[in-house]
Amino acid sequence: MGLALPAPDIARALIRISHEILERNSGSANITLLGIPTRGAHLAKRIASAMEKIEGTSVQMGTLDITLHRDDLRMRAPRALMPTVIPPLGVEGRDVVLIDDVLFSGRTIRAALDALGEIGRPKSVQLAVLVDRGHRQLPIRADFVGKNLPTSIEQSVVVHLTELDGADEVLIEGPLP
Amino acid sequence: MKHLLSINDLSKVDAISILDTAQELARVSDGPMKKLPTLRGRTIVNLFAEDSTRTRISFEAAAKRLSADVINFSSKGSSISKGESLKDTAQTLQAMGADAVIIRHSASGAAQRLADSKWMSGSVINAGDGTHEHPSQALLDAFTIRKHLSKGADDLTGLRVAIVGDVLHSRVARSNVLLLSKLGAQVVLVAPPTLLPVGVESWPCQISYDLDEVIANVDAIMMLRIQLERMSEMYFPNAREYSRYFGLNSDRIRAMKAGAIVMHPGPMNRGLEITADAADGARSVIVEQVANGVSIRMAILYLLLAGNQEFAETGVSS
Amino acid sequence: MKNSNYLLTGLTLPNGSKSDIAISDGKITQIAPNLSAAEGFTKVDLSGSVALPGLVDLHTHLREPGKEDAETVLSGSMAAAKGGFVAVSAMANTSPVADTAGVVEQVFALGQSAGFVDVFPIGAVTQGLNGEKLAEIGAMADSRAKVRVFSDDGSCVFDPLVMRRALEYVKKFDGVIAQHAQDPRLTQGAQMNEGEISSRIGLKGWPAVAEEAIIARDILLADHVQSRLHICHLTTAGGVDIIRWAKARGISVTAEVTPHHLLLTDESALSYDPIFKVNPPLRTQKDVEALREGLADGTIDIVATDHAPHPAEAKECEWQEAAFGMLGLESALSIINQTMVATGLMNWESVADRMSYAPAKIARYVQHGQVLTVGAAANITIINPALTYRVDRDLVASRSRNTPFHGMDLQGAVTATFFRGHPTFLNGKLTSVHQGTSERAGN
Repeated sequence: MGLALPAPDIARALIRISHEILERNSGSANITLLGIPTRGAHLAKRIASAMEKIEGTSVQMGTLDITLHRDDLRMRAPRALMPTVIPPLGVEGRDVVLIDDVLFSGRTIRAALDALGEIGRPKSVQLAVLVDRGHRQLPIRADFVGKNLPTSIEQSVVVHLTELDGADEVLIEGPLP
Repeated sequence: MKHLLSINDLSKVDAISILDTAQELARVSDGPMKKLPTLRGRTIVNLFAEDSTRTRISFEAAAKRLSADVINFSSKGSSISKGESLKDTAQTLQAMGADAVIIRHSASGAAQRLADSKWMSGSVINAGDGTHEHPSQALLDAFTIRKHLSKGADDLTGLRVAIVGDVLHSRVARSNVLLLSKLGAQVVLVAPPTLLPVGVESWPCQISYDLDEVIANVDAIMMLRIQLERMSEMYFPNAREYSRYFGLNSDRIRAMKAGAIVMHPGPMNRGLEITADAADGARSVIVEQVANGVSIRMAILYLLLAGNQEFAETGVSS
Repeated sequence: MKNSNYLLTGLTLPNGSKSDIAISDGKITQIAPNLSAAEGFTKVDLSGSVALPGLVDLHTHLREPGKEDAETVLSGSMAAAKGGFVAVSAMANTSPVADTAGVVEQVFALGQSAGFVDVFPIGAVTQGLNGEKLAEIGAMADSRAKVRVFSDDGSCVFDPLVMRRALEYVKKFDGVIAQHAQDPRLTQGAQMNEGEISSRIGLKGWPAVAEEAIIARDILLADHVQSRLHICHLTTAGGVDIIRWAKARGISVTAEVTPHHLLLTDESALSYDPIFKVNPPLRTQKDVEALREGLADGTIDIVATDHAPHPAEAKECEWQEAAFGMLGLESALSIINQTMVATGLMNWESVADRMSYAPAKIARYVQHGQVLTVGAAANITIINPALTYRVDRDLVASRSRNTPFHGMDLQGAVTATFFRGHPTFLNGKLTSVHQGTSERAGN
């Protein structure tokens, strides 16, 4: 098991992503951050508070559960649904930034786009991830990436966050590429 | 969990997970797009060997909102009404590739027979079997009570619920006693002694013959439908006397605690077990129960059918 | 003609003594330890087994005429022989009902031609079992079947006046009325014992009082008219108390209990598997214990099987749609061994009484229920109490498979049955006295 991203790097990456989101969207006024549970939701909170520090205004932030739209439901035990919380201004006409911990096959994001479509019609949808580990199976790319991690398909990437796991770190498990 | 036959099949954690799932799914029902792709390609059969419009429609709506294919197999005009055995019906459904069968049947235990037999392999959901159980009704009732009265808690600890009327013949009462007590509520059954089963003292609840003694200190009151045939079977002398002692009317509504709610699983006999002003008054959540029924049934279908049961030994994964 | 001389060795008699038994020409010719086989005798080593007087069942449904898909006199006779019986009593609820001399003679003749056991028909008390008018009781008693036991079993003789008349009428020929004690009003639509389990699983309850009230009434009637009353399949602790009270008063009442009521309880219904649906219903553990105690102390006179075969479709359905009844002949003695002997409640002498002497006496089957002695008819049942076997419904001799004991391990297996000196069941094979062999033995 290798440490791919220690805590300080994670912190720096999130600050950078916050700046990039603000820059790309010319401020936070029309932005709605939606974290994908579980870890994406915590990352969204951190990015929101970083943006609020930078801008000095509050940011629209919520969570978007994608379970009901997954295409791999039948391959696992029944999953509990996670909360979807849409902030007061909704998604209609907003610049929505989806936030997740790891971008891999792209299937989660495909499900997230479907789930978002249930709720409304944003002006744009962007994607921020802490780690992009490659091996895409769908034509999806991230707009904001904390770190690109080249991995072999046999490996797995594990993200630990203080809120859930007691520490911030990104680990790579399994055989080296 | 492969089947839902009885509340006894559920642990407290399972029950709460169904309520939580329903709560998330209720959001979908409230949203602009009411259809989810989750059960696309799954076939669900509504096997209703006994008339029940509202439960059948509720399950059908739930299944359709999750994009399942629904086949309705009702008693009227089908082979069930022509005396076909449960076994033959089940084997037919198996041949049609049903992933789940939602069964309503006049025989207690019919759902369990279907699940335990080797007649079919899909999930079985009990939508009311004889005078045994009606688990999805109890779950929607618990959901409704929790929403109104639990003050954010995930269970019903500390709440007191009265179930009033024909307990003897009521599957709704049996399922509710089991579920509400499992979730921490105190249940009191109120009925004339003729309409309480011998053996009821072994149930996890209290018993009263006096509605007026009970009504002032319950948080929710659930009125059971009373069938007029019971009169000719001498369970009580006549409708007037039944209403006088066990009916919910405006005087009794006024005697209830602030914030207490009035429930009824439907269909109501207005003027018999409940007066129109009680049924339609401010405390009544009867219409809301129907809406909650769809969410609860979506949750049941989702939890039984969306995942792969081979991995489901330990319940719900996150 | 096959060998009719047998030397059975290594046996224990009901009184506990070790002995061999020699059989010749249908009679017991010698009973003593260490007999040596004379020429022409087939020696059968039965070491470790117990010899009982041939078992007599007072309550058997053979279904013929009318429901031959469930059982015939022949298949039921074979099941009886396999269970250690040498005589069975065919209940009257056939189609047509055994309420005339013609029907009882037909059943009797079918039993004779089957040749595995004596089949004694029971006559109906009322025409068509409908509880209204007396059947031709006298004609049945006078027929070749010589009926002495009358019963509307399956239905209760509910009208007290009809019951009184029947009790009086059979005195003429020393008959007995076997009552199926069930108040029909208190058991309308009833499915199982009324109590905690029925309340939970929502099946309509069958209160103990529906049985006990009829027992009490009929005991008083029998006392009043000084006739003989037999209570079929007693199931409740209260019923045992009432019988005990009546016997203490010297009233001429006898009672039976089925093996299944000595073993199973209403908790079986939790499965909703109608294999456990039976009339009268399985009761509670407390009742089971009272029944065992009553059988042990003689309050309950006999064990009777209430063998009730049903075709598969009568049980492959919802509980409330299913037929009442379960198979009993082939497993009866094993269950008595398990519940009464192995538990120390009864010795083999008492088993001989409850399953052979007493039923033969109640029904006046003079050729049966004889003590195993030299000169007695060679009706002998052999059980190996140490042998445990797993019940397999696919291996029963009965034409039906509705045994509630399928998959259960029962302790004590019948290994041989001799009917008037003929081995109707030996080495796993069923053989008619007319020498017809069958391949359906199994188990």
